[in-house]
Amino acid sequence: MRFLLVEDNIQLAKAVVDRLALDGHVVDHAADLATAQSFIDVTSYDLILLDIMLPDGDGRDFLATHRRNADRTPVIVLTARSQISDRVGLLDLGADDYITKPFDFSELEARCRAVLRRQGGAANNTRHFAGVDFDSFSGTVTIGERTEILRNREHRLLEIFFATPGQIFSKSYLMDRLFSFTEDVSENAIEVYIGRLRKRLEGSAAKIETVRGLGYRLVEQS
Amino acid sequence: MRFAHIASSLIFLAFGPHLASAFEVEGNRIYAAPNGNVTLKIISTADINVFEPIILEFQRAHPTINIDYVIASSTELMKAIYEEDAVFDLAISSAMDLQTKLANDGNAQAYSSNATDTLPDWAKWRNQIFAFTQEPAVVVISEAAFQGIDPPKTREELISLLRDNPDKFENRVGTYDVRVSGAGYLFATQDSRNSDSYWRLTEVMGRLNTRLYRGSGDMISDVASGRLALAYNVVGSYAISRLADYPGIRIILFDDYVNVMLRTALIPRNAVHPTQSGMMIDFLATLNHSPELTKLTSLPPIDSAQLQENSAARPIRLGPGLLVFLDRLKKENFLANWVNSIEQE
Amino acid sequence: MKALFTNSSIRRRLVFQLSVIAAILSLTFYLIVRVVAEQAATDTQDNILAASATSIADALYSERGTVNLELPYSALSMLGSISQDRVFYRVIVDGETLTGYTDLPDPASFPTPPNPAFSTFDYRGEEVRSVAVARSVSSAGQTVNATIIVAQTRLSLAVISSSISTTAAIVGVGFFIFSTTLSLLAAQSALSPLSRMTQSIKRRGPHDLSPVKAKLPSELVPLVAALNNFMSRLRASLAQSEDFVAEAAHRVRTPLAIVRTQAEVALRRLEKPEDRRALRQMIRAVDESSRSAGQLLDHAMVTFRTDHLLTSKVDLGDITHDTCEHLSPTAGLKDINLIVNIPNDRFPFVGDPILLQNALRNILDNAIKYSPPDSDIHIAVQNDGHYKISFSDQGRGFGDTNLNSLTKRFSRGANVSDIVGSGLGLTIADEVARAHKGRVNIRANMEGPGACVSLILPVV
Repeated sequence: MRFLLVEDNIQLAKAVVDRLALDGHVVDHAADLATAQSFIDVTSYDLILLDIMLPDGDGRDFLATHRRNADRTPVIVLTARSQISDRVGLLDLGADDYITKPFDFSELEARCRAVLRRQGGAANNTRHFAGVDFDSFSGTVTIGERTEILRNREHRLLEIFFATPGQIFSKSYLMDRLFSFTEDVSENAIEVYIGRLRKRLEGSAAKIETVRGLGYRLVEQS
Repeated sequence: MRFAHIASSLIFLAFGPHLASAFEVEGNRIYAAPNGNVTLKIISTADINVFEPIILEFQRAHPTINIDYVIASSTELMKAIYEEDAVFDLAISSAMDLQTKLANDGNAQAYSSNATDTLPDWAKWRNQIFAFTQEPAVVVISEAAFQGIDPPKTREELISLLRDNPDKFENRVGTYDVRVSGAGYLFATQDSRNSDSYWRLTEVMGRLNTRLYRGSGDMISDVASGRLALAYNVVGSYAISRLADYPGIRIILFDDYVNVMLRTALIPRNAVHPTQSGMMIDFLATLNHSPELTKLTSLPPIDSAQLQENSAARPIRLGPGLLVFLDRLKKENFLANWVNSIEQE
Repeated sequence: MKALFTNSSIRRRLVFQLSVIAAILSLTFYLIVRVVAEQAATDTQDNILAASATSIADALYSERGTVNLELPYSALSMLGSISQDRVFYRVIVDGETLTGYTDLPDPASFPTPPNPAFSTFDYRGEEVRSVAVARSVSSAGQTVNATIIVAQTRLSLAVISSSISTTAAIVGVGFFIFSTTLSLLAAQSALSPLSRMTQSIKRRGPHDLSPVKAKLPSELVPLVAALNNFMSRLRASLAQSEDFVAEAAHRVRTPLAIVRTQAEVALRRLEKPEDRRALRQMIRAVDESSRSAGQLLDHAMVTFRTDHLLTSKVDLGDITHDTCEHLSPTAGLKDINLIVNIPNDRFPFVGDPILLQNALRNILDNAIKYSPPDSDIHIAVQNDGHYKISFSDQGRGFGDTNLNSLTKRFSRGANVSDIVGSGLGLTIADEVARAHKGRVNIRANMEGPGACVSLILPVV
């Protein structure tokens, strides 16, 4: 997926770019509206993340122009404003969703996914590994004739493993991806979800392997 | 007759309370009430036998009021109250002119109650004078003397009758001596107002050597005894009350007009018990509610309806008009004329 | 007087002043009628008195060298025919009383024929009106002067004048009531442009701060100019306060966002569990303060906006649906199912949509926050005489907390110290509900654990 991030704060932008890259997304960063416009003119994006307060203008004006041009690219607004302080709702201006700064990356991911799913347009999102068909859009796993709908956390966990099969992910890394920082959970909580995923993958060659002292990885069993 | 009453009075005149008074009292009687605690002093022109039933009935209703009933002629009554300031709680008189003068000149006090409000307007004046009887002036004839003669129906007929039959009526006609009788003077002056024929009648009566009386009672008994064939201007109530005693008399009400005298009561200015006086006035004003009592006294109570039945009836009007004949000159002139007419030798 | 008017309405002032004028007119009318009526009654009495005295004068005659009088009956009876007043008379011939009341005083000024002289004085304890007429009579070749005085008490005059006074008073009061009613109507009509203006300003609603451009009487032009001026200042000040809150939000949140982001990036590089724990705690602290700041600003905004509700026609079903949709990714992060039950009916309501959304979001946000992973939150919209939007979770409920206190500012449940929160969420919801004449109802779930929070709004 190709995202455009319009955000004037470089540090925040870098972190967002890095984080989304983990899921395999390509993110272009524009620090002002003029740059963003120049990007849009030459490239088409699957999703635009748009800040409101930008050095050369108001993100809402950009959004309005964008929508007037009949551009259907979904937009998630990143706002530091309180929603109710805006007399005109962001959604009324044509934003697909908004997220209030500071935000949890997990939530940003979840919102991106939700918007994309609603848009329903993205091409083939199904990945194959060891006899497992994983649709990261709808969150379904198909093994042979059997299709199962994954729960949200199973889905997100499987997505991490499917992005780079064979890579070892530490428990703490998985924790950070799966749980919000507001949840006070022990690192062992991750084992519950690993266990559930293993059950889901039964009947296929795909296995989640424990690498003692290091973490977990997705492997194909021969 | 009157002397008999005085004799029967509880207290003789000589021992009466008005010993020092200059006005002349004809009789006095005290009616002690069962629980009497106040004494209502009444000065009245009405004979005691006429008024006693009223007093007794009144005391039945008001058993705490003693009544001191003093009888005087209307002129003496006037003298007592107008000139001598004698103390009475109620003055009852048939002399409407004198009563009017008392009220007009400030010798009466006002009173009003539900009972006096029911009196017709002509039966009261200034809420000071209250009428309680209506008494017509009538002609009384002896049936024996009028055998074969149609009794006259009007004054004109009477004049013709007297003029045409001097032999029959010489010395046998009676009327008031208006010089001494208040009621007589009232009737005479009203006659003089009402009809020109009055002076002609007086002259005719003068030619017949008419007898003059102080009161109705004597005239009636003289008609009954046959001394008189006819008495003119007799107080009707007295005549009616004597009908039973004297079967030979007849009462005639003229068709041209009938003067109706009102017997009135007033509360003198210096009354000591005006509240009790008011009770008596209320009692008198509602006499028409007690027919039995009316029968006993033979005083006809105020009754507008009855007056309306007789179109000739003319109640004498209370008011300043009555003062006219009390005018000194007027009275002198009237009496002079009357004497000239009645005394023709 | 001044104090009476300071706070009183123009209408009351106008009506009061017109009523005072009406009262003065009524009183004047009353007095004039009285004076005229009394004069007329006096004139009537004077005429009769004069007629009486004249008829007595005419009845004087000379006989055998002395003056005599045949007092006419009508002279006194005519005085008795109109009233029951006391009558006195005196005839003076050549300085001597011929007849009548000798103590009746001489007239103040002797009359010159043929004009009668009237006077009023007290006689025998009462006020009397008297007339004196003069006449000369020839007697024994000499001419003697006669004066006739006739006097009458004034009882009937008093009766007539009191009856006329009563009538005049009734007419005066009637006139007063009539003219006061008219002045009410007049005040109403004179003030109708003002009330029309008031109506048109009322109708335009709170968010319309454009200048008033109605056609108005010239007297109101300065007022409307001042009003328009005030509204433009209000508009500027409103925009300023809103900008201020937005700016404050931006200023607070942007640095928090940077700190949080960097902390999260740093976390990925840390291996030691104690370092990680410390950093996680730091992120939590950042979340906590940003959330608190957000809710404080939200609360300020809600308080500000509840004073000037920007109402429009909304559908509570739609708003609830949108709110659930917006928060479903957040719920999804914890594997929480939002089970939404909104019937196909419409739930029309007139309210401030942004405030209502905010209230619902705060309630649902709370429910998600306090729900365990892998649990359900039931959201239902009902109309049972009132609109009821309820959120029941399977969380820990409220324990022993006094439910009524939860909507108070900064009040939190007794059992939630481990969860990030400022305690303003339900307060905001409650204030929004109250601003819409509704309320927030909090209770434990009927079945199973958890709480049920409902936003209840009146059906309009």
